Amino acid sequence: MTAAASQGAEAFTFTPENRAKADAHIAKYPAGCQASAVLPLLDLAQRQNGGWISRSAMEHVGALLDMAPIRVYEVATFYTMLNLEPVGRYHVQLCRTTPCWLRGADALRDACRDELGIGLGGTTEDGLFTLTEVECLGACVNAPMVQINDHFYEDLDPARMREILRAFRADSPPAPGSQTGRQTSAPASGPTTLTEL
Amino acid sequence: MLSDSDRIFTNLYGSDDWRLAGARARGDWDGTAALMAKGHDWIIDQVKESGLRGRGGAGFPTGLKWSFMPKEEAPGRPHYLVVNADESEPGTCKDRDMMRHDPHKLIEGCLLSGFAMHAHAAYIYIRGEFYDEAVALQAAIDEAYDAGLIGKDACGSGWAFDVYLHRGAGAYICGEETGLLESLEGKPGRPRLKPPFPAAVGLYGCPSTVNNVETIAVVPTILRRGAEWFGGIGRPKNTGTKVFCISGHVNQPCNVEEEMGIPMRELIEKHAGGVRGGWDNLQAVIPGGASVPLLPKSICDEVLMDFDSLMAEKSGLGTAAVIVMDKSTDVVEAIARLSHFYMHESCGQCTPCREGTGWVYRVMLRLIRGEASVDEIDTLWDVVGQIEGHTICALGDAAAWPVQGLIRHFRPELERRILAAKVGGGGSAAAAAA
Repeated sequence: MTAAASQGAEAFTFTPENRAKADAHIAKYPAGCQASAVLPLLDLAQRQNGGWISRSAMEHVGALLDMAPIRVYEVATFYTMLNLEPVGRYHVQLCRTTPCWLRGADALRDACRDELGIGLGGTTEDGLFTLTEVECLGACVNAPMVQINDHFYEDLDPARMREILRAFRADSPPAPGSQTGRQTSAPASGPTTLTEL
Repeated sequence: MLSDSDRIFTNLYGSDDWRLAGARARGDWDGTAALMAKGHDWIIDQVKESGLRGRGGAGFPTGLKWSFMPKEEAPGRPHYLVVNADESEPGTCKDRDMMRHDPHKLIEGCLLSGFAMHAHAAYIYIRGEFYDEAVALQAAIDEAYDAGLIGKDACGSGWAFDVYLHRGAGAYICGEETGLLESLEGKPGRPRLKPPFPAAVGLYGCPSTVNNVETIAVVPTILRRGAEWFGGIGRPKNTGTKVFCISGHVNQPCNVEEEMGIPMRELIEKHAGGVRGGWDNLQAVIPGGASVPLLPKSICDEVLMDFDSLMAEKSGLGTAAVIVMDKSTDVVEAIARLSHFYMHESCGQCTPCREGTGWVYRVMLRLIRGEASVDEIDTLWDVVGQIEGHTICALGDAAAWPVQGLIRHFRPELERRILAAKVGGGGSAAAAAA
């Protein structure tokens, strides 16, 4: 956390490219309603800052949106996707809710812990992976599944889960989506509908 | 069984092109301006006549909801359509497919629905985790602007209409319509007291209507094919087609668009390859997403999948997310997991929900192992009844209902575990099987 504290102490400002993106977000909302852009801007800040939001970043966002810092902190602490501490380069989020649990989420969790050598909430020493358990991610017919950074990996089993982590470690992330090769949310043996169009 | 010619989401699985050219080939954006020329009230009347009920869980009649909006726009008080794409109800993943594989149905639906309620702007609030879906939907919105389908003169109708995509950041409560509005305004997603309802005081204090993705995405097809067509599918007051999500212990979990009122058994056996180990291996089904009470096999044998049939069994259609549990399932843990979910997702502003969801989860954890007394089942029943109906929003109710369903249908199993734990050796399903 010493590293975190020193990183957090650095003054954060958007890069010119991200500042332009921030302005485009702000323009989506009526004049005077710029606070609406707080989530998109915090997301931008998190991406620029390597996966987490420092206090300085929150204050920068607040200044751009004319929001008191406390209003930004209040938002930043409410939403689970906003990380207020550093995370690994790959943030592995395991879905734990009932539909995934019914199809083996616990075994995926064990495989991740074992493969990465860390517990839930932990980060590997090389800073490559953070492992967390989260609630329903909304891909229940492709359970069990995990989210790694922005993408969903679906229809997993422990063996495939390990392969995926190894691929990330080798810097060659596999294609997201179903890992059994089925067509998105269609039945595995092929659609029972939309065959007569 | 619904025939393919009556299916609305003809690219549900994304096997075809989701972009504008593909959407047009599937019939989207065909004669949109002519539909608008029939007038605001014609659209609302058609939707009323179709019998469409909201697809986000509550099943409120859509046309009626729209008619609560003021008839004219007052100066300085623009109207807003807000689309709830914060799909987070456990078991539910249908809006995701619509947004990534058929985004133009949603965008055209925004224009027609927004026009009907005199709105010039729609905000689509998509859950933050749906990153790839947001990318696809934004690309489709950009295409629609470039083609003049939305913008200053949408489809050449003379009506200005903007569609904005807004990504959330991880909070189930933002799927509650007023929590969503708070979040869209840049605040924590804490639901508002109602009244006033959003149609009077909604986004930025202006008249607003919040509708689910599927509700809005079916509107263009209803207007094109006619209210009578949609109303003729399903059963009275439970009309139309519905995208079901079938997860859990089935041989082939899937999403599928079917007729409202299809028997649950037929739905599972025709499309999801049946229950793992056969129908007789079924223990229970949660028929409409995590919030609705589970049903034991005896009810699943005959029940129909629509709002009123499931309500008659003290459950609900909810989001039509069918979570199937076979006999190997520890049904107490299945519900305890949901109690954990509600504890995690409670926004914390109402005491019964903030304190109650944690209390319920802790009792549920003990009930898994039978480490409780039989009276605690009654206390649990009493406490969830005190959460239900005593909170600003329905999250409190949603936390109560799964537990009520468990006690209603599986009380003997809860008591068996308590007895087994007293006798010694733990009371879980695994211990019973050993």
